[in-house]
Amino acid sequence: MTTGSPTDSPAGTPAGGPVPPADVPGRAPAVPVLAVTGLDVHHGRRRRRRPVLHGVSLTVAPGETLGLIGETGSGKTTLARAVLGLVRPSAGSITLAGEEVSTHGARQWRALRRRGIVQYVFQDPLRSLDPDLTVERSLAEPLLVGGVPRAEAATRIRAVLARVRLEEDLLGRVPGELSGGQRQRAAVARALVTEPRLVILDEPVSALDSAHRVQILRILKELRAAGVALLFISHDLGSVAGSADRIAVLHRGELVESGTARDVITRPRHPYTRLLVGSAPTLRGAPADRAARDALRALLPA
Amino acid sequence: MTSLTPLSEHRPAEAPRTEPSGDRGAPVLSLRDLRITDRVTGRDTVHGVDFTLAAGETLGIVGESGSGKTLTCRAALGILPPRFEVTGGSVEIAGTDITTLTPRAWTELRASTISAVFQDPASYLNPSIRVGAQIAEVLRVKKGLKRREARDGAVELLAAVHLRDPELVHGQYPYELSGGMLQRVLIATAIAAGPRILIADEATTALDVTVQAEILDLLAELRDRTGMALVVVSHDLAVVAQLCDQVLVLRRGEVVEQGPTARVLHHPRHTYTRLLVTEHEEYGLEKFLRPEEDA
Repeated sequence: MTTGSPTDSPAGTPAGGPVPPADVPGRAPAVPVLAVTGLDVHHGRRRRRRPVLHGVSLTVAPGETLGLIGETGSGKTTLARAVLGLVRPSAGSITLAGEEVSTHGARQWRALRRRGIVQYVFQDPLRSLDPDLTVERSLAEPLLVGGVPRAEAATRIRAVLARVRLEEDLLGRVPGELSGGQRQRAAVARALVTEPRLVILDEPVSALDSAHRVQILRILKELRAAGVALLFISHDLGSVAGSADRIAVLHRGELVESGTARDVITRPRHPYTRLLVGSAPTLRGAPADRAARDALRALLPA
Repeated sequence: MTSLTPLSEHRPAEAPRTEPSGDRGAPVLSLRDLRITDRVTGRDTVHGVDFTLAAGETLGIVGESGSGKTLTCRAALGILPPRFEVTGGSVEIAGTDITTLTPRAWTELRASTISAVFQDPASYLNPSIRVGAQIAEVLRVKKGLKRREARDGAVELLAAVHLRDPELVHGQYPYELSGGMLQRVLIATAIAAGPRILIADEATTALDVTVQAEILDLLAELRDRTGMALVVVSHDLAVVAQLCDQVLVLRRGEVVEQGPTARVLHHPRHTYTRLLVTEHEEYGLEKFLRPEEDA
């Protein structure tokens, strides 16, 4: 299947081969935080069973940011859900920090989540935050569940708030009393408080205005610099371009291209990636004109 | 290709595409120092919005949620929510101040002079009526066409917005169409009565990037072919940059910057506009696409 084999980056890295960012402090080619190999996921049962992901392989190295691009129906959210143990893959393996998790049962998943090494942020912060809990309780809970003493939890909460630039007087509020941007920063804070090694962000800035987008993107850059690995999922190449080390492109459930952010954006190979790059509005107009885009579209499987 | 004559027939006298510089045609839409007040709080939610737009021109309005961009458009369309009222300035469409019109007079005028498409196309269509019939209704009410003519007109409009199989789409229900297709149907409905001004308020925001590019192309094509003036409202400066001659940047109900697109993009004066530009240059594709590469 030619469509299934990802177009590798010129450097010859396999789909998701680790290209450790330059500024990861002295961690030699370590075990990837996330390794997905040959992942198949199906939705529906029996006759309605249809593939959502097919043969997807990718890795995220410690401290690396992988941008995963996919449009409606590409399966990007399903991939995130599989990594979080919310959907069961029908084939393939998923390892988190070296631990095979695709065969985990509910109890093992609970134990894994309690350790807080993988966290998530969704597009709608109301999905990642409990609407009835104050910000303080939302932040404290994962720590207390993980056995962190109360006093230490309080210190860590203050530290993480500073990291996402939220004022401490917002701690007593529930998500409904925060602005959209504050809410998303609170969701990021909740994800960070357990000091995870990997944070999965599914469209974290799609619902935000410019000023808030910039804030979140800046925080993500800082996290990357601090060595937190990020899987940044978006439909929009533009919002991922500035913070990703590598970019992988998902099209109809298959990974069609992956490489360094620069290579994927400046030298896209797969027609779909070229179409994506050619369609993204930039301050200098769209990189490709209509005829060029139509030609690319004709190359895609119907 | 289906004949596209009905579209150009709407206003045969109209000049096709006015040059952005030099001699501009008579304004089709002019807002003069528009002020919109919230009746409940007594505060001004929009003040001092001022621009003119001639046939074939495109204005971009950029701003975040709550900046007043949608209220400004709604004032121009005469559909302000009851809570808000125009308390100052004027909105002139082809020389008529419309802020003083009665609802009945407005209904006469709307659709054949000014029309709009919004972010969520599905919510502007009746889910239980086939889309063709919904477009035909506009043609029958606004243009007085007979049932048969209206049906043919609807199919032609669906072809004009480049839906692949207009006959098929004509008989489909909204739920059978994708977001991009629905937005095309809405655009077809909006241009059915041959408006002189079309407002696209975040019309591509909810769409995938590849679909957004197609819809933006379509809007530009319709503008160039029919000579209608276009108002493109978006939170994204780049979307606006694609289509517009002039840009107006709104923030908290005030115009912070206004001018020709190239000037605003390349020499932004206000901090807020600079932030919008920075977002693209530091975090967007622009980071990799250097000017020399597209020279």
